[in-house]
Amino acid sequence: MFEIRVHGRGGQGVVTATEMLSVAAFEEGRHAQAFPSFGSERTGAPVVAFCRISDREIRLREPIMKPDALIIQDPTLLHQIDVFAGLKSDGYVLLNSRHSLEELGLSELITHFDATRFCTLSATDLGLKHIGRPIPNMPLIAGFAALSGLIQLESVILAINEKFKGKVAQGNIAAATEAYNLVKDMMCTPFASSPLKGENHA
Amino acid sequence: MGFQPVKFYQTGTFTIGNRLLEPDERSVQSGQARSNSINSGHRACQGCGEALGARYAIDAAMAESKGQLIAANATGCLEVFSTPYPESSWQLPWIHSLFGNAPAVATGIAAAMKVKGKTEVRVVAQGGDGGTTDIGFGCLSGMFERNDDVLYLCYDNQAYMNTGVQRSSATPPAARTATTMPVGPNPGNAFGQGKNVPEIAMAHGIPYVATATVADLRDLEYKVRRAMKMHGARYIQIFVPCPLGWGTASSDTIRMARLAKESGMFPVFEAEHGEVVGVSKIRHKIPVEEYLQPQKRFAHLFGTNGHPEMVTRMQAIADRNIRKYGLLDEEGC
Amino acid sequence: MLKQTEGSKAVAEAIALCRPEVICAYPISPQTHIVEALGEMVKAGNLTPCEFINVESEFAAMSVAIGASAAGARSYTATASQGLLFMVEAVYNAAGLGLPIVMTVANRAIGAPINIWNDHSDSLSQRDSGWMQLFAETNQEAVDLHIQAFRLAEELSMPIMVCMDGFILTHAFERIDIPEQNQVDSYLPPFDPRQVLDPAEPVSIGAMVGPEAFMEVKYLAHAKQMQAIERIPVLAAEFKQIFGRDSGGLIRTYCSEDAETMVIAMGSVLGTIKDTVDEMRAEGHKIGVLGIISYRPFPLEQVRAALSSCKRFVVLEKSLAVGMGGIVATDVRMAVTGSGLKGYTAIAGLGGRPITRATLHKLFLQAEQELLPPVTFVDLDWEAVNKQLTREQQTRRSGPAAENMLHDKGLISAKFG
Repeated sequence: MFEIRVHGRGGQGVVTATEMLSVAAFEEGRHAQAFPSFGSERTGAPVVAFCRISDREIRLREPIMKPDALIIQDPTLLHQIDVFAGLKSDGYVLLNSRHSLEELGLSELITHFDATRFCTLSATDLGLKHIGRPIPNMPLIAGFAALSGLIQLESVILAINEKFKGKVAQGNIAAATEAYNLVKDMMCTPFASSPLKGENHA
Repeated sequence: MGFQPVKFYQTGTFTIGNRLLEPDERSVQSGQARSNSINSGHRACQGCGEALGARYAIDAAMAESKGQLIAANATGCLEVFSTPYPESSWQLPWIHSLFGNAPAVATGIAAAMKVKGKTEVRVVAQGGDGGTTDIGFGCLSGMFERNDDVLYLCYDNQAYMNTGVQRSSATPPAARTATTMPVGPNPGNAFGQGKNVPEIAMAHGIPYVATATVADLRDLEYKVRRAMKMHGARYIQIFVPCPLGWGTASSDTIRMARLAKESGMFPVFEAEHGEVVGVSKIRHKIPVEEYLQPQKRFAHLFGTNGHPEMVTRMQAIADRNIRKYGLLDEEGC
Repeated sequence: MLKQTEGSKAVAEAIALCRPEVICAYPISPQTHIVEALGEMVKAGNLTPCEFINVESEFAAMSVAIGASAAGARSYTATASQGLLFMVEAVYNAAGLGLPIVMTVANRAIGAPINIWNDHSDSLSQRDSGWMQLFAETNQEAVDLHIQAFRLAEELSMPIMVCMDGFILTHAFERIDIPEQNQVDSYLPPFDPRQVLDPAEPVSIGAMVGPEAFMEVKYLAHAKQMQAIERIPVLAAEFKQIFGRDSGGLIRTYCSEDAETMVIAMGSVLGTIKDTVDEMRAEGHKIGVLGIISYRPFPLEQVRAALSSCKRFVVLEKSLAVGMGGIVATDVRMAVTGSGLKGYTAIAGLGGRPITRATLHKLFLQAEQELLPPVTFVDLDWEAVNKQLTREQQTRRSGPAAENMLHDKGLISAKFG
């Protein structure tokens, strides 16, 4: 089982991001479970949502406390809450920012983790460019697909087409595709295999 | 006024005037085809204004809907005296659910009829003033606001009679009830309180709002039939004196209702879409004393230890009603 | 059709497949998504004939459903928490009148203190209302139970609550098989009411009943629920024939054959419990699970049978009988009266407190070693409680308890999990 925690602020599409992730995983024939942290829905307030992906039925209903991956939609959260809490030492992190990890002051933190699995992506800019709105979640999902190798870009596109229609879908697909390629380019070594491989299927 | 083609100066019998009229102008109640929707044998008190008002109102609604009528009833005297199981006075499909939900139950019935395409079946809801102006008020306002296809009939006897005459928001100032006793410096119910539900109903902009009394049963029938010709939320508040609660003679029920109207204490009018379109004028204006004095609930206002200043305040209320609704003709009185 | 969708949306689709005729909606979290989705279907003309009524309160929601059901329309509403409490008088009335209304309860805690998160206090407070209560373990089961609920409710002419954990299920996206219309149609016949308000055949419904017949009417409600004990497994079996999956029934067991310790629970926490039991089984512990699907009627015999070969049991419940202990545990203990089994009550997850594998693992180990007190408050912060109790001892005007305890615990919005 692969567990993803998404941090953002109300209005950024945090919950939608996990739902879309789960749909993309579903499109690949996997079991997926997405759920929000159930807070009050106030714009701008810190929001957490969760996504589990597995090759077998997911029964677990506890919040994700030891994530395999983090998607951080808003870098201002870094100073507010412990977004890295419980992150596994081989965990993936995708941060929405124009700045590098060093610029964000994360150099020391990265030393405790596998630095090749950390990445920043200017997802809000991609949202503005392709969708016309500062919504970073689709580029982030596609970026995460590229970073982790867990999901194919095609599945993300399928999920987008299920949720949106017409121009909005096209914009989201363009944003997702560019994000996917950007992250792929940034990565030193492409991941040959899915992180789910080798999971006990018993 | 202009909404009543023929005037009937009723003396108390239900057939008054009918012999002088063409068959199609006769009252529903005088006809052999009347539905007797509330059959005889029920357990209302002698001289019950509510039983009389309900009988006329429901039979008129039955006539107008050609017998295709369903009634929802709030808890209260009407429900209790008409039904102790296994006896039921109701000759139409009738449901009692709770004290405060009759308008919502009626909404549900109307929705069911609509969804089943039974557009000919009409729905009335009914309750006393407590069930209408107090505990059922939220549901009533909701039903009004959605303009659900329900005629709501409020039988207003100005207190909770079923539970032993306690104050409601329809109880008039100064009136003695079990919870507004005639003791202390300000005996009886307080001045400056109470709820005018007909006006609140009008504020919802619903198609039809009217008041009526059991002193003018032709007028009551007319208003129910008129309401039944319309669709959407409609409200009629019917003034029904209660001999038990008011301390009046059983034989005085209709007289009390007439005095309430003639004194200006209970304005009788009808309104469409929030605008008054007709009023029943006062024929012989009387001072409020004539209406109040025969009632034991106002006894503390009179006599050596009486409260003439409170009577004066009551008169001011009546005068205000008369001005506001134009209850007196220019040349009248 | 297999879909990745939200629990609430899936339930709305299931309700629509049941061809409801009157739907009453009043917003309260976490059931809102269900009625929102249904409202959209009706408005778009995709669910017809159906009247969708935006009422002014939950009390009105149930009252409109009462009127509609008594007039022969298949009626549905959904609520939670304070909303269920606000409609209580009408809830009892619907059962007393024998009207087969189906209502989703998106289980949520009851205030004060106000809290929007999941526990089972709301529907369990209506234990004795005469409504049947079926608890869904997953969103798939929530979908399936609604279809079974209409069938059972209308067969017996009694109302049913389908209970699904608020947020945990209602807001979770997962894989759900949405049935086909023809499947539902072949399982659920049109509503043929036992009593109906019809001008062609006038009846009085809801008359006053005195001491001479009241007990008989009330006993009839009990008799109906006893009939439901017989019918629920039959309806679940028929459901499996048409829809091809096990869903519903009275109870469900997991790894119970040789279990010495049995864990009993209702709703979505069963999933986390099963994962914990898998872990413990791998370590050699003889532990199993008993899930209760039908809380009302309570399947005493089936529970007794499921616990007949274990040595001890833990009832893990998201509810609290204040001044007593467990609510579900009381029923379970009733079921095993005279068996000499050791029983433990664990109150957990109130107001949405997460119930984790780590916690359950510890709890079940203690139960196995018979080290648990009769009633355990799982993951309770004793420090915060004792601090407040001390404060109350020391100061007359100690202030509002909830606000004091929140203050003591610090900024919790900065934490998660």
